[in-house]
Amino acid sequence: MKLITHNMLTSNIIKGVKNGFPLKINAVKVENITVDYNRDFITRMLPRIEYNALRSAVSDIGINESLPEVLSESLQEDDEFLKKMHKVLLEIEIEEGELICPETGRKFPIRKGIPNMLLSESEVS
Amino acid sequence: MGSKRPEHQAPPEVYYNEDEARKYSQNTHIIDIQTRLSERAIELLNLPDEEPCMILDIGCGSGLSGEVLTDLGHSWIGLDISPAMLDVAQEREVEGDLVNGDIGYGMPFRAGSFDGAISISALQWLCNADKNFHNPVKRLYKFFSTLYACLNRGARAVFQFYPETSHQVDMITQQAMKAGFTGGLVIDYPNSTKAKKMFLCLFSGGSVQQLPKGLTGEEGNEEQSHARFDKARQRYKDLKGKSLKKSRTWILEKKERWRNQGRDVRPNSRYTGRKRPQPF
Repeated sequence: MKLITHNMLTSNIIKGVKNGFPLKINAVKVENITVDYNRDFITRMLPRIEYNALRSAVSDIGINESLPEVLSESLQEDDEFLKKMHKVLLEIEIEEGELICPETGRKFPIRKGIPNMLLSESEVS
Repeated sequence: MGSKRPEHQAPPEVYYNEDEARKYSQNTHIIDIQTRLSERAIELLNLPDEEPCMILDIGCGSGLSGEVLTDLGHSWIGLDISPAMLDVAQEREVEGDLVNGDIGYGMPFRAGSFDGAISISALQWLCNADKNFHNPVKRLYKFFSTLYACLNRGARAVFQFYPETSHQVDMITQQAMKAGFTGGLVIDYPNSTKAKKMFLCLFSGGSVQQLPKGLTGEEGNEEQSHARFDKARQRYKDLKGKSLKKSRTWILEKKERWRNQGRDVRPNSRYTGRKRPQPF
């Protein structure tokens, strides 16, 4: 699972959970992969990214990548920043670990890079 | 009565086990069909040209439809209930990210995440109650309402599916409309039992959009099937000397007249109106 996916995933399908975002990451195995850089895609996705959630995800995994504290207008045009976003969003792959619902503490296991968001009947609203 | 529909045999997470999943990476016939359905579904999505979009693939399976998206330069996230199918997708090293989930429990994504959604041959699974607490209508509504939320305004969702009865189609479209979608069914090749394909084409808010037309297989030669429109009444030359009834010229004139009326007329040949040999 890449961080761009994490940035979109919520646990609000659980009964009683309002936002369910951002899910906390407990990573056991993280891999670096290479993906072709596509500037258009990053600029298109940037307004949709919850920047604070991304920052906390980066610190959850404990990788060495310093993202600026605030996402300013000028940064959105900055090539260096966009490349860094590309790296963080698309080139980090969480292979094993778990996602934790911020409201209920429910854990969703990540196995072979695939988060398991299946629920049991009693959890569904 | 024996049924060949997979959704009658077992729930999707059971039916698509390792064996069944392997078919989706090895059987060229299945791959070919899935690829063509995906291409058509993406065409119906009507994405902006030359812009890399973020697409949700609902029931992505082994990622065949996702690969078509990748080839077109889009990114995607795939959701599927069957872990075996997702494992195959992972083995095939698809570009999209994969999530294991049940679409009947809702889409686990933040509002406005996607530029569009496609789904190939998955929706009919929701019409079945695989567990005793499953209520298809409720699950469909949950699915559509959460899907509506995670799409951008004005985005489309295109579902290719195999409904069993017209009642199922009604049930699905009703729940989609109740969730706020507009749009409807696009049927390709409606006159052929084999080639017929159904696409549910849904629009989420935004400006009013026109439903695309289904393919009929007659694109480009539509003129032939219609009568030619003529304002002026046909006047026949030399009315004075009308052709002799049953003569060759009379037959040719009549055929020409019928052709103008759009009737089905055999083409002229050297046998048209030919004198028959005299019997004894």
